[in-house]
Amino acid sequence: MKPAPFVRHAPKTLDEALKILAEVAPQDGRILAGGQSLVPVMAFRMARPAHLVDINEVAGLDKLAVEDGKLIVGARVRHATFHRPAAPGPLGALLAVVVRNIAHYPIRTRGTMCGSLANADPASEWCLTAATLGAQMVAKSASGERVIAADDFFEGIMSTALAEDELLAEVRLPLLPDGTKFGFNEFSRRAGDFAMSVALAVYEIKDGRIASPRLGVGGAEPHPRRIPEAEAALDGQAPGDMAFRAAAEAAAAAIDPLEDAQTDASYRRDLVRAVVRRALEASL
Amino acid sequence: MSAASHSRETKGSGVKWVGRAMRRVEDPTLVTGQGRFTADLPAAHHVRFVRSPVAAGVIIGITPPQGAMVFTGKDVAGIKPITPMLHKFNYKPLGQPILAQGAAYFVGEMIAAAVAPTPAEAEDIAEQTEVSIEETTPVIDARAALEPGAPTVHKTIPGNLIVEGRLKTDGFDGVWAGAAHHVTTDIRSHRQNATPMEARAGHAAYDAATGRVTLTCTTQMPHLTRTAIADLIGMPENDLRVIAPDVGGGFGQKMSLAAEYVFLVWLARKLKSSVSWVEDRRENLIASFHSRDQYITLKGAFDADGKLLALDANVLANTGAYSCFPNTCAVEPLMALAEMPGPYDVKAYACVARGAVTNTCTMAPYRGVSRPIITFALERLMDKAAAACRLDPVEIRRRNLVTTFPYTTAAGLVLDEGSYLKTLDMAAQAIDLPAFRARQADARKRGRYLGVGFAPFSERTGYGSPAFAARGMGITPGWETVIISVDPGGFVEARIGSSPHGQGLRTTLAQIIADEIGVAPDRIKIVHGDTDRAPYGWGTFASRSLVISGGASLIAAQKVRAKLQKIAGDMLEAAPADIVLENGNATVAGTDRTLSIAELAREAYTQTHRFKGEIEPGLTESGTYDPSGTFSNACHAAIVEVDIETGKTTIEQYVVAEDAGVLINPMIADGQVHGGVAQGIGNALLEEIVYDETGNPLSTTLADYLPPTSHEIPQIELHHAVTPSVNSVTKAKGLGEGGGIGAPGAVINAINDALAPFGVQIDEMPATPQRVRAALRAAETAA
Amino acid sequence: MSKKQPITLNINNRDHKIEVEPRKTLVDAIRDDCGQTGTHIGCEHGICGACTVLVDGEPVRSCLMFAVQADGKTIRTVEGLANGDELHPMQKAFMDHHGLQCGFCTPGFLMLAVGVLEREPDISDEDLLDVLSSNLCRCTGYQNIIKAVRAAAAEMRGPR
Repeated sequence: MKPAPFVRHAPKTLDEALKILAEVAPQDGRILAGGQSLVPVMAFRMARPAHLVDINEVAGLDKLAVEDGKLIVGARVRHATFHRPAAPGPLGALLAVVVRNIAHYPIRTRGTMCGSLANADPASEWCLTAATLGAQMVAKSASGERVIAADDFFEGIMSTALAEDELLAEVRLPLLPDGTKFGFNEFSRRAGDFAMSVALAVYEIKDGRIASPRLGVGGAEPHPRRIPEAEAALDGQAPGDMAFRAAAEAAAAAIDPLEDAQTDASYRRDLVRAVVRRALEASL
Repeated sequence: MSAASHSRETKGSGVKWVGRAMRRVEDPTLVTGQGRFTADLPAAHHVRFVRSPVAAGVIIGITPPQGAMVFTGKDVAGIKPITPMLHKFNYKPLGQPILAQGAAYFVGEMIAAAVAPTPAEAEDIAEQTEVSIEETTPVIDARAALEPGAPTVHKTIPGNLIVEGRLKTDGFDGVWAGAAHHVTTDIRSHRQNATPMEARAGHAAYDAATGRVTLTCTTQMPHLTRTAIADLIGMPENDLRVIAPDVGGGFGQKMSLAAEYVFLVWLARKLKSSVSWVEDRRENLIASFHSRDQYITLKGAFDADGKLLALDANVLANTGAYSCFPNTCAVEPLMALAEMPGPYDVKAYACVARGAVTNTCTMAPYRGVSRPIITFALERLMDKAAAACRLDPVEIRRRNLVTTFPYTTAAGLVLDEGSYLKTLDMAAQAIDLPAFRARQADARKRGRYLGVGFAPFSERTGYGSPAFAARGMGITPGWETVIISVDPGGFVEARIGSSPHGQGLRTTLAQIIADEIGVAPDRIKIVHGDTDRAPYGWGTFASRSLVISGGASLIAAQKVRAKLQKIAGDMLEAAPADIVLENGNATVAGTDRTLSIAELAREAYTQTHRFKGEIEPGLTESGTYDPSGTFSNACHAAIVEVDIETGKTTIEQYVVAEDAGVLINPMIADGQVHGGVAQGIGNALLEEIVYDETGNPLSTTLADYLPPTSHEIPQIELHHAVTPSVNSVTKAKGLGEGGGIGAPGAVINAINDALAPFGVQIDEMPATPQRVRAALRAAETAA
Repeated sequence: MSKKQPITLNINNRDHKIEVEPRKTLVDAIRDDCGQTGTHIGCEHGICGACTVLVDGEPVRSCLMFAVQADGKTIRTVEGLANGDELHPMQKAFMDHHGLQCGFCTPGFLMLAVGVLEREPDISDEDLLDVLSSNLCRCTGYQNIIKAVRAAAAEMRGPR
């Protein structure tokens, strides 16, 4: 289990990185950020990029700042950064809850949020977070920059709207208004394993009722997404068991479940029902 | 005081080491990173095996990249296939070639070997080696293998039935027919992998000066590895040295001969150089050895009071593509045949135990061998019978456990004295069943489902050659030898044939020897795992080493002691029987006349002229021990909560009441139980090697095959009973496997108890959340 | 083969000037090129944690980093835990509490626990348990590892 040979590029500036990426992308070149997903598949030789553009030394990509009501997370910011609140208000608290479910501590010291988003594993907690909160992805290439909405970013299992020469340079997460409620729940076989289903619920309370609900589900479909049927079941309802159960049922019914050798569609729906309700209960 | 009156007390009243939870002598090396593991050795050449990508097929061609060093079956056609033998139970011999000879029989079988200066380059070559295989229809499942018309895996084994053991006690049918209750359980144990944290590795180095090869490898049985490889290659055994250095866990997986090691020795001789192979985790998961793939149908006939009258078992094990050396692939079905009645008194017993070959990885021993499965089956049966007889789970077991000793089981095994009833009661008391039932009822009202499960069992340990001979094995292991030398400086070296790899045997044997010859354990070194240094022995497996090597250590140490007493008697002008050996000194009992043991040792080598030929020079004694075997026993009890929405089981409380006779080192004993229970919990809930219908293994990473983390393992509450063994000279019984034997039965019974309100039965291991939910969903649909 | 690059790995305060292919993982370089074989390889895909070392003070899976990425960084391995003959409290605690059997996973557990406790000495018991679930052990059943790490944590924090 030794990776196949590759050429490593270690640019120091973003321009340099993008230029190299433009050159090597057609020759099976890839970005190496935290490497916590890429290196294992290289070890199994299921990925064998000819070039790796290692962005760990690129200046500026470690940006972590609040601008215009958004938390800006650069491509080099590690998961572990979020162990403590990295943004004011509920967003920082939310990220601190979510991050503890990402693999294990020594993975979080290396893996990056942007790397997770670009890798687009269906079970990724950050992909779920980005999809649920409506994050913006800032893709940069030698030919320019574009901002991609989360809804348009995730396309399928390990598949995104990023072009091969584009680097996900940063993600912008909207700050959450004070008083925003959130809850997260994940199901996995063992501690730290990939989620078999995971849910994130975010909403506000207006006049004692749920307002602006966002209910995302991951691990159940090719990519995480918000479930409008579940959000509809929450909107305007009093937060509590009845609304939560209705939302959970709606989510379980709405998904198009992933199946594998051990997990059939009905089990996946069972899990979605459970994690959605539990995420909502955790929001109280 | 006469000599006779204190002759048995001459070990003195000084410090005693046996029974102390002393820290392990192994640890300072291991916690500082100074351990020596096989993969630590540098080599001139690294090997990467090209493995079959298909479960069954005829090899049409193998095309290595230009200029690369690649060996195929043709190159090693002169090496004999690994062909373990069993002379009973209609066993059909089956040989495994070192590299495939024209056909492949499972995904992962070695087809060719790429050799290069680094592991990465060897992997490059292996990857670029084109293998053309014409696929044939594989057989994956044991039941499918025995269906009429199933494809034949090996031409020499028509019908794919490699072994069949049958047993039926006289008068069985009459007893069966006359019973009040008949209860059946159909259990399925899925395939598992022992998963030592260190995968296998081998390093063979040719020594030009002597023509010898030193094979360093992750084996549990270095001596037999040497004998077997020399036989297969046809080389003088004294040209081969086998070293088992620090070995990172084995759990049985490292006791069977690895074809890879045979190849390495052959290659080192061919290249006259050093060669290394380090198994990666994927290889370990798909192509080392698997275990536990069984179907058991177990039927019990009970009288109106819940007494088991007759037991009828049908066992079918999937033995995989080949047969493991030396045990043979019959080890699982035949152990089930011999031990199915477990700790229960039952006179009428019938069993058919079969093994079917398939196009899957070869089955071999894994901690507990069949017993985790048969205990699971038997304990499911007991719980079902309890329900039929309206008894609580403790009571039905109490009515059936063996209480008089020695007890000859219906299969002919002799249980020496144990504490079956007592440990059941200890576990039941720790659980507090009435209080639990109240809590369970209360929890159910709140939609939470708790359950309790019990699993008493016997654990056959420390069995010598007669027990192995009963199996009819071509190779009959059993005894152990220990050679103890006291050097002229008074330091002690004990060379042992066992081969510990985590069990702390260097510590426990030193404790045994220390008490016998009156020196502290820190003056005693235990040498093992090197065929040039250690006497022939069988290694470490089957919960045997402390009993057998410990017994041999005691016997050798007694001889050393007798000699020390003789020398001291000579020097101190006293009767040898009056010499007390303790705290490093030899003292005439009741006097202050004393000499240090170091002084005696010096005398034994350098002043032998004083003995006038009455005492032989030197201080080296040998002890060999070949016991009949002794059964330890335990009762496990688990309280679990089942999340009925997700099917996930969480263990709330885990109790072990255990009796392994005299504990030499209670700390180490407890550690063995903890580790066994953790594996048993993993086996019960998490671990499963999955094949698809084409024989492609799907559990190829540790994210698919799931050994438990600390998060899944509860605190384990231990209670000890002590029934000193009469069949073991140290009075100790083995306990290495027990932890893993009881856990599946206890945990899955608890799951069933939790789910009783739904009327579902979980009779599969692992009891995964998917399976639990599927059962619940089926019940919901039916309702 | 791809071209080897010269790098310097500072392991336990000693510079190792080596040449490695970019594809060589940090753990392979530590073991094969720097001769520090106390760090073990258990899975090479980031699950088991046997290869955990500290890079610039942080516990990482050294099988999931390329050696060239650690050029110039400070690496600590199990061989550097003791201060001469004086064992680290974590090492002592593992011995006192029988936190190891075969010892293969032990270096990874030691580095994980030391790395986390040095960075977060006041880590809650619950979080510490969560951290320990990062690594796999097949021998001990974890109970004694948890005991050992808790005892060492108390000692590392010192008297309050």
